[in-house]
Amino acid sequence: MATTKHALVAMVTDKPGVLNRIASLFRRRGFNIESIAVGHSEVPQISRMTIVVDGSTTQVEQVRKQLEKVVDVIKVSDVTGEGTITRELAMIKVKATSTNRSEIMQIVDIFRANIVDVSSDSVAVEVTGDEEKVHSLYKLLRNFGIIEIARTGVIAMTRGGESSSMMEARQPKSRTKKN
Amino acid sequence: MKMTGAQIICESLIKEGVEVIFGILGGVILPLYDTLPQYPQLRHILVRHEQGAAHAAEGYARATGKVGVCFATSGPGATNLVTGIADACLDSVPIVAITGQVIKPLIGKDAFQEIDITGITLPITKHNYLSLDTAGLGETIKEAFFLARTGRPGPVLIDLPKDVQLNQADFSYPEKLKLPGYKPTLKGHPSQIKKAAKLISEANQPVILAGRGVIISGAYKELKCLAETVQIPVVTTLLGISCFPESHVLSYGWLGMHGMAYANMAVDAADLIIAIGMRFDDRATGRVSGFAPNAKVIHIDIDPAEIGKNVRVDVPIVGDVKSVLSELNKLINIKENIEWIYQLDQWRKEHPSIMIRDCDEILPQYVVRQIYEKTSGDAIIVTGVGQNQMWAAQHYFFDKPNSLITSGGLGTMGFELPASMGAKVGCPNETVWCIAGDGGFQMTIQELATIAKENIAVKIAILNNGFLGMVRQWQDLFYEKRYVATPLNCPDFVKIAEAYCIPGVTVKQKRDVGPAIEKAMNEHGPYLVNFMVEPEENVYPMVPPGASLAEVMEEPKKGVSKWQQQNTL
Ligand SMILES: Cc1ncc(C[n+]2csc(CCOP(=O)(O)OP(=O)(O)O)c2C)c(N)n1
Ligand SMILES: [Mg+2]
Repeated sequence: MATTKHALVAMVTDKPGVLNRIASLFRRRGFNIESIAVGHSEVPQISRMTIVVDGSTTQVEQVRKQLEKVVDVIKVSDVTGEGTITRELAMIKVKATSTNRSEIMQIVDIFRANIVDVSSDSVAVEVTGDEEKVHSLYKLLRNFGIIEIARTGVIAMTRGGESSSMMEARQPKSRTKKN
Repeated sequence: MKMTGAQIICESLIKEGVEVIFGILGGVILPLYDTLPQYPQLRHILVRHEQGAAHAAEGYARATGKVGVCFATSGPGATNLVTGIADACLDSVPIVAITGQVIKPLIGKDAFQEIDITGITLPITKHNYLSLDTAGLGETIKEAFFLARTGRPGPVLIDLPKDVQLNQADFSYPEKLKLPGYKPTLKGHPSQIKKAAKLISEANQPVILAGRGVIISGAYKELKCLAETVQIPVVTTLLGISCFPESHVLSYGWLGMHGMAYANMAVDAADLIIAIGMRFDDRATGRVSGFAPNAKVIHIDIDPAEIGKNVRVDVPIVGDVKSVLSELNKLINIKENIEWIYQLDQWRKEHPSIMIRDCDEILPQYVVRQIYEKTSGDAIIVTGVGQNQMWAAQHYFFDKPNSLITSGGLGTMGFELPASMGAKVGCPNETVWCIAGDGGFQMTIQELATIAKENIAVKIAILNNGFLGMVRQWQDLFYEKRYVATPLNCPDFVKIAEAYCIPGVTVKQKRDVGPAIEKAMNEHGPYLVNFMVEPEENVYPMVPPGASLAEVMEEPKKGVSKWQQQNTL
């Protein structure tokens, strides 16, 4: 990820309207969201959001603190930097003819991406990786003519044995005691 | 035991210590209202507009420190609360608003008087709920009050569909709350407090900037101890007024757009700002880039998001003001900042800021000063917004803790009358003066009916200048006196009061000012005094919008020669 981009991991309770609360906060404070991805976490009834903001246009620490003020938000960590793995999945549909299809397949191979659909005049490519990888592939495929592109937004995690969400402490204590 | 949702609400409100509710009913909140007579401990005060209910709940909360409660029906009832909720949000006032909602099956269908009030109030509440489950109501109420009152207080709204009020469920009030995402930090970090103590011991020109957080946390004693031990001058924010006695030798007034010139000069020259329970609002700081240019900043606040939001901070301390100050006070040593204090006293002599010009007309400042004298400072002052607010804040001397109630963050005209009503209901033994603008007064004037009906003995002083005065002042100073849409055609306020069975008098002569105030105070019930004041009087000092505190304007533009050296501390 480019240096000014920050990935904030927010653990939030699974209640109706939580996403709305967060979106509303971003809108009202004028924070720019680059991407947001939501899914279940390792804890039941708690979702994990990865929100990417651009630190050059938005005060990241302010975003983090304001997010933490939302009652349904349990914890927010900025997991940016060396120790972070970030991934994004993209599907890119490009124009393809019988003459250039193999060229496309070569590029896809180099990027360890997959072809997930082929038609007489198109191929759909699925790629997973950090933003840079996705972007590089996109740049190469652009030459063939992009029909559409769908991206999941970045998800992020710290390397090593620690949890970036720091949720362990909030799981029932008895579990750790028993072991 | 099985109860209806409405009963569960009432039982829960009683468990939370609620004594009074301000509200107006309607179709979908009828079940709750219908249940009220079963609970005579809950006094309901019928207001005449829901905005009044929210402001009255605020006035009650601001005066007592307890949570204020208001009810409204769905749709227009709920939207009428919005201004008061926003006001409470910006000034950290604990209120709980309960609104009726259409029955669950109709939600999302644009039913009659259906409005998405949780959506509307999302950005202006600390938290809000759409309660869909009767069995969960006890927990919701308990959470709502807990959230409203603890940490940085604020408004909480509960939207309550009619069927949820009617359905039955078992009631047991929860003992504990599950709020994993809500853990206000109360204790300051010891190493941060140590750093603050060190900065304080090294500073030569320190200034304390004290805000409403001091009042909310009740840290009057702790603040005084800090100021006195290290001899630090205390400047407050507008909302911090009355957190530190203004007659104290170390009190240097309040800062900001219409604060005292010497307070602004002190902040401008300080080498250390100790900001306590305040949030560096732009009306207080002036142009931020020019704010306290030579100062290091210690910022103590319970809301971590306030730290570094507007102003760079050298030593942040997140925690409850009272707890942090009492820890800090253990680490500080007696000190005398003699030269600095001498300098400030010099500035105060040279720029007294709050004098009253000698003239035959009734000056609004004079009215405020007279109210101060007649009450001996022992009253709760509730103000409107605009010039009246600034004069009240400038010319009354606030020694009594928590004695000024004013709409700071939102600056809501029309706040004054309902808020004073709420304050008087919360503090029946206090004298409550409502200092109103003739413009703002007309925005919630219908609460005179409530005041009369419930015999709420507020004393109302209208500073009647015939203008939307503060805006006229800006037109005078920055728009070459083009008074577009600021002149008011005021009705006869005394006649209006009379129609509501509230006695009153219009005062046109300076010599009648004092006696009218006395008359108002001798009256048992509510009383209204309509002071016909100098129409084009301006509020000074003034830091023009966009200027820094150092650029404070003191002299009126219109040549006024004679300044009377009166009561200027
Ligand atoms: C609800 C609302 N509308 C408009 C304003 C903008 N405004 C600020 S002060 C003011 C004039 C207030 O007039 P009045 O109540 O007569 O008080 P005065 O300044 O004359 O003392 C206005 C219109 C406001 N603060 N609140
Ligand atoms: Mg006026």
